[in-house]
Amino acid sequence: MTDINRWLLPDGLEEALPDAARRLESLRRRVLDQFDTWGYDLVMPPLAEYLESLLTGAGHALDLQTFKLTDQLTGRMMGVRADLTPQVARIDAHRLRVEGPNRLCYVGSALRTRADEWSGSRSPLQAGAELFGHDGLDSDLEIICLMLATLSVCGVTQPSMDLGHVGIYRALARDAGLDATQEQAFFDQLQRKSVPEIDETLAAWQAAGMDTAACARLRRLVDLNGDAGVLDMARTALAGAPAEIEAALDHLQAVVTRLQASEPGLDLHLDLAELRGYAYHTGLVFAAFVPGSGQAIARGGRYNEIGRVFGRARAATGFSTDLRTFVRGETARAADLSARQSVRAPAADDAALEAVIADLRARGVRVVRELDGQELESPLGARLERRDGEWTVVEY
Amino acid sequence: MMDPNALTIALSKGRILKDTLPLLASAGIELLEDPDKTRKLILDTNREDVKIVVVRATDVPTYVQHGAASIGVAGKDVLMEHGAAGLYEPLDLHIAQCRLMLAGRPGQQPDPQQRLRIATKFVNITQNYFAQQGRQVEIIKLYGSMELAPLVGLADYIVDLVDTGNTLKANGLEPLELITPISSRLIVNQAAMKMRHRTIQNLIEGLRDAVTPATT
Repeated sequence: MTDINRWLLPDGLEEALPDAARRLESLRRRVLDQFDTWGYDLVMPPLAEYLESLLTGAGHALDLQTFKLTDQLTGRMMGVRADLTPQVARIDAHRLRVEGPNRLCYVGSALRTRADEWSGSRSPLQAGAELFGHDGLDSDLEIICLMLATLSVCGVTQPSMDLGHVGIYRALARDAGLDATQEQAFFDQLQRKSVPEIDETLAAWQAAGMDTAACARLRRLVDLNGDAGVLDMARTALAGAPAEIEAALDHLQAVVTRLQASEPGLDLHLDLAELRGYAYHTGLVFAAFVPGSGQAIARGGRYNEIGRVFGRARAATGFSTDLRTFVRGETARAADLSARQSVRAPAADDAALEAVIADLRARGVRVVRELDGQELESPLGARLERRDGEWTVVEY
Repeated sequence: MMDPNALTIALSKGRILKDTLPLLASAGIELLEDPDKTRKLILDTNREDVKIVVVRATDVPTYVQHGAASIGVAGKDVLMEHGAAGLYEPLDLHIAQCRLMLAGRPGQQPDPQQRLRIATKFVNITQNYFAQQGRQVEIIKLYGSMELAPLVGLADYIVDLVDTGNTLKANGLEPLELITPISSRLIVNQAAMKMRHRTIQNLIEGLRDAVTPATT
């Protein structure tokens, strides 16, 4: 390494300079305060864990995203967390063993082997909340509303909400008798809404003897996106499908109705082929979008199975977001950017001055001491000066 | 800065631009300027809310992924090579059609003990193609004039787009294996599809109607 590039940071790793750091920290505090007022307990999962617990049930994608290292004490493999959600699920399932609903929240840095395609970041500051031990409409809605409230704290007041349900594709795939490879291949085409490839695949499967009605239902899935009217279209388009699809559609309908009532004016979009986190999600999935950002700024969903591997299957739903998103670019400008004011205090050896400074600091005022021999900086701002024998703050 | 509410369509110069314009026209979007005569990169259309940007073919997916353009037209070769994460590709426009092929000298029998050397600019596609067949190959990345590589002993075979096959023939090569047929796809940014669903869906429908006669 030459002297010239010694300052270079690895790709996708960021530092926050004073302005950004202050905004980020203020955001972190406000988000955590809000989680607290909603009844969510803060947990702080460790930076690294054994791979078995870190990657359980999380799917291949997270495995690739995880930096791995050997624990020199035991020779076992450890991973640096690439996502905090499985850690929080482990804490709920194994460490806390609460019966009934349990609400947990967290903020922490994660580290990923690959930068995501958009922000280029490999180290998100992940904030999220998880609700364990309840399977149903109430917990789904609570998490969605908490996500909206969190976005609002972050300065995003009018996001578009995208809703989906992974149970629909899962049931259709089982109904059509897809094996794991076929399910994955079709999933990939659905994710890209690649109608030409989907038509090709289904024609091949049908020629190989797959049930025509089941194929037709798989084909229709890709077109089922749009406003809330999609649910009615889906009932017709997926008629004759397994009963659990009917239940999933009813659930989505109920979520839509309740959201429209509680968040009037919210821009709702449904996409039944949206299968984000298909590896571990089991029910409702949702994401928030804003103009100017090519990808979701917060996302979440139900993942009921993840606790099983830690000894206790627990109903679970939650959401997470990267707080760094909100101090970057457009969204940051909307947030409160006013720089912190400070009061300068002279470098005088005077007990009365010390007392005044201590008092100001106790009241939350930022007091910066001038140092002996320091050149006087610009005279603007506030400064402590002795007037009529009293130390008072003088504004310039 | 462009109007953030405008629907931006990213196209690449040349064949894709030429073949896409008639499709857009039948969907009700027409350019106000001749793209061959202007040097502007952002072109106005007859619709106030629709702009067209002209970029390099390989950059189209990048523009659309980042949301700098909501919609684009990109060859399947570019999508396969670049990766299509974060994109929807709902429509085959059946334009700029050609084939991605393995080509080499006729009657050539390379030494089976040796690792095959393949010259191509489609590094990822070539890697996947041979990996799926369980063949270990060495890939040599070139940016152009692929046909030269087997002639001067740089590579055993090439992987390249073949349209008429005339360039191959002129250089004494012949197409050997079809890797995949190629045509241009409409690609859509995921977030745009969700936030501006009606506008974009209407455009997709319009284009689908324009494309369909060609395929029947």
